[in-house]
Amino acid sequence: MVEPIRFREDDVHEEPAVSLDAFLDQSNATSVRIEAGEDARLLLPLLDRLALIEIDFPAFGDGRGYSAAQILREAGYAGELRASGDVLVDQIAYMRRCGFDAFAPDAPIDPAVMQRALDRYEHVYQGTSDQHAPIWKLRHG
Amino acid sequence: MKILTGNDLKTGDVTWWTGSDWSRHVEDAVDVGDNFEAILQQEEAARHVNVPYAIDAEMTENGPRPAHIKDRVRALGPTVRPDLTLKPADPDAGNWVI
Amino acid sequence: MYQYDKYDQQMVDTRVAEFRDQVERRLAGELTEDQFKPLRLMNGLYLQLHAYMLRVAIPYGTLNGKQMRMLGHIARKYDRDYGHFTTRQNIQYNWIKLEDAPDILADLASVEMHAIQTSGNCIRNISSDQYAGAAADEIADPRPWAEILRQWSSFHPEFSYLPRKFKIAVIASDEDRAAMRLHDIGIQLVLKDGQLGAKFFVGGGMGRTPMIAPEIRDFVPADELISYAEACLRVYNRYGRRDNKYKARIKILVHELGQEEYTRQVEEEFAHMKKLGLNPPVEELARISEYFQDPAFIADASDELDLSDPDFNLWVDQNIVAHKQPGYAIATISLKPTSGIPGDASSAQIDLMADLAEQYSFDELRVTHSQNIVLPHVKKSDLYALWQKLDAAGLAPANLDLITDSIACPGLDYCSLANARSIPLAQKISERFADLGRQRELGELKLKISGCINACGHHHAGHIGILGVDRKGTENYQLLLGGSAAEDTSLAKITGPGFDEDGVIDAIETVTDLYLKERQEDERFIDTYRRVGMAAFKEAIYG
Repeated sequence: MVEPIRFREDDVHEEPAVSLDAFLDQSNATSVRIEAGEDARLLLPLLDRLALIEIDFPAFGDGRGYSAAQILREAGYAGELRASGDVLVDQIAYMRRCGFDAFAPDAPIDPAVMQRALDRYEHVYQGTSDQHAPIWKLRHG
Repeated sequence: MKILTGNDLKTGDVTWWTGSDWSRHVEDAVDVGDNFEAILQQEEAARHVNVPYAIDAEMTENGPRPAHIKDRVRALGPTVRPDLTLKPADPDAGNWVI
Repeated sequence: MYQYDKYDQQMVDTRVAEFRDQVERRLAGELTEDQFKPLRLMNGLYLQLHAYMLRVAIPYGTLNGKQMRMLGHIARKYDRDYGHFTTRQNIQYNWIKLEDAPDILADLASVEMHAIQTSGNCIRNISSDQYAGAAADEIADPRPWAEILRQWSSFHPEFSYLPRKFKIAVIASDEDRAAMRLHDIGIQLVLKDGQLGAKFFVGGGMGRTPMIAPEIRDFVPADELISYAEACLRVYNRYGRRDNKYKARIKILVHELGQEEYTRQVEEEFAHMKKLGLNPPVEELARISEYFQDPAFIADASDELDLSDPDFNLWVDQNIVAHKQPGYAIATISLKPTSGIPGDASSAQIDLMADLAEQYSFDELRVTHSQNIVLPHVKKSDLYALWQKLDAAGLAPANLDLITDSIACPGLDYCSLANARSIPLAQKISERFADLGRQRELGELKLKISGCINACGHHHAGHIGILGVDRKGTENYQLLLGGSAAEDTSLAKITGPGFDEDGVIDAIETVTDLYLKERQEDERFIDTYRRVGMAAFKEAIYG
């Protein structure tokens, strides 16, 4: 079992995530897992119930999860947003920018390489849900 | 016959398996028969070669000739720039490809 | 032209450091090839047929002399003394060593250049009209808009693992010189009530399934450009097909959903995204536009030209187009000499073109999607001196838009995807039609050659197109007729059974002979084809 990576101060949410269908059916569950291709917007009316949303990456080249994360953060979701599956160290910085704050990769990630990647770019060109001020904003105040 | 080819990881050069090492010259390639998976795995893991694979070839008097034109172009170099091929002095080298 | 500020420079410098780190990890075995591949591709580094290939971005095809000279330097120092200008207005080098790639990127960064996102399933280099800022028929310079898009799309975290690659073109005239509607997103700048905005066409492309992009919105104001583009991309990223690489481009999504449904989804996303504060203020467009002001044209430059030298006269007639400024001209340097390799230039030629740009064209060059180089702002009184220097270096073929000005992909001589060679065919056609009088008699004739179905040589958009295929291990060529990448966009159709190399050249000759016989008044080849129809041409070719 690979050690999960978290960028949150709060305690790990222990309740196992249920599938999106199961969550929408019942449910008093407080954590849900979205598969690539499932519509994250279905969760929007129910966000205040959720403490953990896990988004799966079946392959590192499948980028749907980035949009799912953005959609959830744009809607104000503030709970844990976890990327699981085929998550590689060179993707974590972009995932952070899309709002992920926890990672459960299939294969271990070298923390030193990850930290280098996260520290590397001081600025960004575009606004995303991480609220990092884009370069055009720095130029024009 | 089956021969193995790939690219050098650092330089990108096209290389051929000689039985003990990788050569830039297809003439040095050896027949590996059907038991090449282990060689491919081991050589790639050791980073002696990048994305190696096996191809069909036939033995000729000048050595192995890959069965497919694409691998013959790889073995020689671009037919439109004879000066950049492995046989810049041989005016007939391009015919070997086609 | 645009100049980096400290932020832009920091971004490319950081990218160099990042890629250096990634290459080191690859060489040390910490990254597998599968893991490294998307990283190197997003830096334009392919593993091609003979070696690594590096594609360097030339944003919207514009560069200055210093940058051009750096391209020559890279060819000399790290490659085999030449480069290949591509149909995406970029340049690629065929013999790059992985261990050199970080140093090359560092050299590029020193002249405000990069290879960011010149490959991979991300937003690629933004292309544009090669005559931007000089054309007499444009309503504005499209390049500030392209630069806004370049910055927005660079390192875009949400859109770097799209279903497939994504190409955007921006133009600002009714005449389309950038194949705009054959892009994933084509943008035409338009005026509405005196305000400049963007008309969006989405879902065009070539490849296996060529499609012409339908218009999905007639006007997006400047300060909503980015949120509208985001909306187009997000719908694609979420719903574009990922089950089949060959059906993954946005054109398939737009086609399968239907233009109306795709548009509806984009509009819904746009309504949401407008509120997110994603758009740079109009001051940012104004800031960038400052860099694209006209150079210091001489107000009373003469329009007189001494055309007594007949070869110069031919070059002027063929390769010069009207400039918006009286006394100036736009000159195209053809990289299509007889027997040459379309788009290739030696480092010495690259250096010379850099010198000539500095001397005669306010330090500006453009790369065209037909693999030529443009000097956009040449004083007419300098044209003769310019032509003499070009001619001495083999850079003055007077064949712009003629049959020998062909587009050709690298084909099987260089490309690992190709099924047949493209370049030898382009060379032989240039030899068959070498007589300039004969070419001029045929007039505008866009010949485009691809060595496989991926259509990098734009064969679908050729007045005459050629598609190389593999038929039982031998090269075979299909002939297509009737395509156009211009504002009269159309897709070429296959004539019938394919040919060998000589056979397809004979067939082209048959086709052009029929055109000469059938043409009325000043019809171009494409006009005659459209009037007469495929059947007559088929009959002539196959009997």
